[in-house]
Amino acid sequence: MGRITLEKVTKSFGEVEVIPPLDLTIEDGEFAVFVGPSGCGKSTLLRLIAGLEDTTSGHIRIDGEDATDLPPAKRGLAMVFQSYALYPHMSVRKNIAFPMKMAKVPEDEQNRRIEQAAKALNLTDYLDRRPGQLSGGQRQRVAIGRAIVREPAAFLFDEPLSNLDAALRVGMRLEISELHKRLATTMIYVTHDQVEAMTMADKIVVLRAGNIEQVGSPLELYKTPRNTFVAGFIGSPKMNLFEGAEADKLGAHTAGVRPEHIEVGDPASAYWSGTVGVAEHLGSDTFFHIHETGLADTITVRAPGDVDYKHGDRIGLNPRMDMIHKFDQQGLRIQ
Amino acid sequence: MSTKASRSAARLMISPAVVLLLMWMIVPLVMTVYFSFLRYNLLSPGATPWAGWENYYWFITDPSFNDAIWNTLALVGGILVITVVGGIGFALLLDRPMFGTGVIRIMVIAPFFVMPTVSALVWKNMFFNPVNGIFGNIATSLGLQPIDFFAEIPLLSIIFIVSWMWLPFATLILLTALQSLDQEQLEAAEMDGASWSSRFWYIMLPHLARAITVVILIQTIFLLSVFAEILVTTNGGPGTATTNLTYLIYVSSLLQFDVGMGSAGGVFAIILANIVAIFLMRMIGKNLDA
Repeated sequence: MGRITLEKVTKSFGEVEVIPPLDLTIEDGEFAVFVGPSGCGKSTLLRLIAGLEDTTSGHIRIDGEDATDLPPAKRGLAMVFQSYALYPHMSVRKNIAFPMKMAKVPEDEQNRRIEQAAKALNLTDYLDRRPGQLSGGQRQRVAIGRAIVREPAAFLFDEPLSNLDAALRVGMRLEISELHKRLATTMIYVTHDQVEAMTMADKIVVLRAGNIEQVGSPLELYKTPRNTFVAGFIGSPKMNLFEGAEADKLGAHTAGVRPEHIEVGDPASAYWSGTVGVAEHLGSDTFFHIHETGLADTITVRAPGDVDYKHGDRIGLNPRMDMIHKFDQQGLRIQ
Repeated sequence: MSTKASRSAARLMISPAVVLLLMWMIVPLVMTVYFSFLRYNLLSPGATPWAGWENYYWFITDPSFNDAIWNTLALVGGILVITVVGGIGFALLLDRPMFGTGVIRIMVIAPFFVMPTVSALVWKNMFFNPVNGIFGNIATSLGLQPIDFFAEIPLLSIIFIVSWMWLPFATLILLTALQSLDQEQLEAAEMDGASWSSRFWYIMLPHLARAITVVILIQTIFLLSVFAEILVTTNGGPGTATTNLTYLIYVSSLLQFDVGMGSAGGVFAIILANIVAIFLMRMIGKNLDA
């Protein structure tokens, strides 16, 4: 079980309020992702839940029990750190055994759980090595193994993939997602990468300056961003946001349309038109960066891979009118 | 960079320095070894006949020799234990954020900059003197018999004085090592349910192992030749209670004017230091591999 509830939790470092009063519930078995730009307080929030930082006010409940003042070890949570935080002088086996040794789990049980975790994480051949002799991905798996054997109520991940190279990151992303499906344990995952958030989460919590901007499933956030910040943050490439006359014409202060919801066409008959700047060919798709549209400096368009325009060509843009997002003066969504 | 030509050029250019250093080391060493085989006494100048192993024989069978060896080992061992254990303690305290850290750190390191003769004199007169010393005064004011440190526990007193000087050194090295410990490791251990003592034992101490061996090695080199503190306070006495090997060599060559015997003692000291060095190098080598 692992239902985590935050009630009016705040955190200040001296005079600076990092997290203003915040309410949040993470259901049992849920994969929740905290996402936001750096310095938005997502790691601090995770550390508050872990118990590595004290809350300034408010309550943290784990399975209904008040855990606000419990030390980290008593909360039944396991954490995977950004630097992995493996113990360098211990072998992989001893690293994984450490939490059980501290909890005085009997030796046979320890060995059983280590074997099980090693098998699940492909670490069986590396159990007697030191962390220094492992690659980044393997270290990551050891850190996860050390978390698994505790059989925690919830796993906390603090940007676990940011030290890995791009290819490995995609692989580990899948592994962590599969692990979640298999264990069905609550997981809270902190990242600044919205792709990780979109691909892994059941529930995404978008944070900015300690405030929750929106909570919802990946598709909810993609389809109905509550404000311009979420609209610009979720989705890759970013949503095109523009103000001014064209936005007024659509009945909004700020309007937004995603690159994949614009079709290219004949500049003479199209709704908007512009000049092609850079074209990024990915094979399956091509991203055009278009200037001189009268909307914003650059409008990004996602076109099929076989569409070919060159630098300087005139191009016509037809947005899907039902996919245009409208926001008011305060940046809030207009229904 | 390292082509054949550049390497031989490098060798050629470094050779004057190496040759000079070698001479610096070899000449005194060879002279000491040579003197150790002569009957060379400043009280009977002129003739310095060949003596063979006689100097060694008399030096080793000298009743104070045994005492000197044990005193040397006790001195080195005792000081090492006090400075390493105390150094870890101080490092743990100073690692915590607190008011006036900078000033406190300077105060902690200060004893290291005091000359051995000065600090020995300060301890001898200001603290350990049974009549005028602070400890004596405290004892008297409590109605206790004051301890005459250099008469009753002479070796321990010397160990204490030298430890006081070397504790800052150990503290400084261990403190920097402690500060290089990844905080996430400690946090991970905390989440894993490790109490403070387990975190100290399983995380901090292994992390400090390398720094501890460095402290032990460097201190041993200097502590084998403790001299000024003994000369200033006890003159090796009472009897031979605080005579270490260095002091014994001093006694032979400069108090008894027997250069030959002093040289024999010096050669013996070189051998002893090398034995210790071999053990320490092995220990450190093992630790640095990890």
